[in-house]
Amino acid sequence: MGERLTGRSNRRQFLAAAGGAALALTVRPASATPAAMTLAIRKVAGESEIKPGKVKIDMPPLVENGNAVTMTVSVDSPMTAADHVKSIHVFTERNPQPNVIDVSLGPRAGRASITTRIRLADTQKITAIAQLSDGSFWSDSIEVIITLGACLEDNLI
Amino acid sequence: MNPRALRLRPALILAIASAAAFAVALARAEIPLEQRRSSYADMSRDNKAMQDDDTSNPGMLSVLDGEALWSEKAGAANRACADCHGDAKSGMKGVAARHPAFDARLGRPVNLDQRINICRSERQQAAPFALESKDMLAMSAFVAHQSRGEPIAPPDDPRLAPHREAGRAQYNARQGQLNLSCGQCHDDNWGKSLAGNTVPQAHPTGYPIYRLEWQSLGSLQRRLRNCMIGMRAETYPYGALEYVNMELYLMWRARGMKLETPGVRP
Amino acid sequence: MARTLINVPAKAKRGEIIAIKTLISHTMETGFRHTNLGVRIPRDIIDTLICTYNGEEIFRTRLHPAIAANPFVTFHTVATESGTIGFRWTGDKGFSATASAKITVE
Ligand code: HEC
Ligand code: HEC
Repeated sequence: MGERLTGRSNRRQFLAAAGGAALALTVRPASATPAAMTLAIRKVAGESEIKPGKVKIDMPPLVENGNAVTMTVSVDSPMTAADHVKSIHVFTERNPQPNVIDVSLGPRAGRASITTRIRLADTQKITAIAQLSDGSFWSDSIEVIITLGACLEDNLI
Repeated sequence: MNPRALRLRPALILAIASAAAFAVALARAEIPLEQRRSSYADMSRDNKAMQDDDTSNPGMLSVLDGEALWSEKAGAANRACADCHGDAKSGMKGVAARHPAFDARLGRPVNLDQRINICRSERQQAAPFALESKDMLAMSAFVAHQSRGEPIAPPDDPRLAPHREAGRAQYNARQGQLNLSCGQCHDDNWGKSLAGNTVPQAHPTGYPIYRLEWQSLGSLQRRLRNCMIGMRAETYPYGALEYVNMELYLMWRARGMKLETPGVRP
Repeated sequence: MARTLINVPAKAKRGEIIAIKTLISHTMETGFRHTNLGVRIPRDIIDTLICTYNGEEIFRTRLHPAIAANPFVTFHTVATESGTIGFRWTGDKGFSATASAKITVE
């Protein structure tokens, strides 16, 4: 409850607790969009085909506070010199900016799995893509419902 | 009216509607001792893990800051806390669990932050930490962390009794534009969902807490202030006796429960 | 100086895959927020974390404003030899912090 006000015109009006963490109904220009996310993904993958599979995003489907959401991204790979994951990239649809994290790794990682905590401004789709050593791209996407968005664009400090 | 108040307006209308539908129970009863639980129990698996794993708990960064301050010489006396108190592990164990405590010289109860500041100004002859500042919270987190796992043990001091009663009265009084009392939410409706949040029993077991909402550490008084803003009730300056009285009552309500500092809360 | 917390197992078997956890204090100001007066608060984030194992880079990550305050990043590596695992965070406004942990591999 309390001190924070965030708002996006397209977000449902929501009240966290009586009088608490309330949304100011300010109209704000849309920031990232599904199109912006696609563009950001294409910047990484170029024209390559991105196949669903091998990548797994582990995140709770329902999150109470978008300020710090634990996310694990793993890729099914033997992580040998001949066959490994070169990079992992995570994107969101509705944060002010689509990029979340880019990771470079190699066979020395042993396991292609990273965990971090991310901000989610709103209920949205998250996509992770991985590039393997053979150049192929793989992906996973999930939808996460946020009851209280992150103050990425908070108007008050 | 400041801009913040203005911005709250539309929310307030929603708040009143929501609170009116919610606060139906009138009978007020203290929670039976065996039914009490920390709001840790209501947290998601990930948030529990964030609190449990020290390398993942951002509150531990402040505990480490406090540890550094503990042995830093300060003030005209050029003394460190450690110079007088030695190893905090033994010297400060259980101290957070018995605060607020009565300060005879001031003739009033003081909470842990205020107790630390008494040593800052009197023993170190240094400027007291500003309440809610990074250093204050770090020191407070470090001292309270020494009591992690210790049961809350309010002092059996008759001088505290009238203050605890004042705190209890305030906790049970309807206040603010929503005409709600703390107890209506925390005693009568705990465990229920309020617009997506589980209403906790409001036990002060984790303070100072790392609150995801704040993206930082904050004191119990900051948490109380948040609830009071939510109730559209009058808030007090940090350190006010009204807050300390409420802390006394909350600690008594939570007597025997184990401290978790630094707690993580949504 | 930013406060850091690192978790690397003190001991591991050769060839074992170990988990490394890192936590660092930083507000990760997004650059998308404004003050009451409508002034944009400049971006101030950690944008890079590089991890080395006896001097050789084994992991690198680029962080964006969507990473939560007090960045927490965990990843894995194969324990190859005894030595030092080093961490370096860099970011806006010349931000830089380092940490290291010793590991014994048997
Ligand atoms: C010059 C010696 C000295 C220094 C320096 C000093 N203290 Fe103290 N402190 C004392 C003494 C003596 C007491 C107990 C007597 C009293 O109640 O005033 C005390 C009491 C306390 C208590 C209450 C303990 C209890 O059992 O209830 C706390 C908490 C505390 N100090 C914290 C600190 C911290 C934190 C610092 C550094 C910022 C500090 N002190 C620096 C001498 C010191
Ligand atoms: C309308 C219901 C409501 C009222 C009235 C209310 N609170 Fe709360 N309180 C909450 C909710 C909901 C939370 C949990 C917030 C969250 O998880 O974001 C909370 C959290 C707390 C906590 C934190 C518990 C913890 O685990 O750290 C304390 C302490 C607290 N309230 C005390 C009070 C006090 C004292 C009052 C009266 C001044 C009060 N509350 C009034 C709903 C209420």
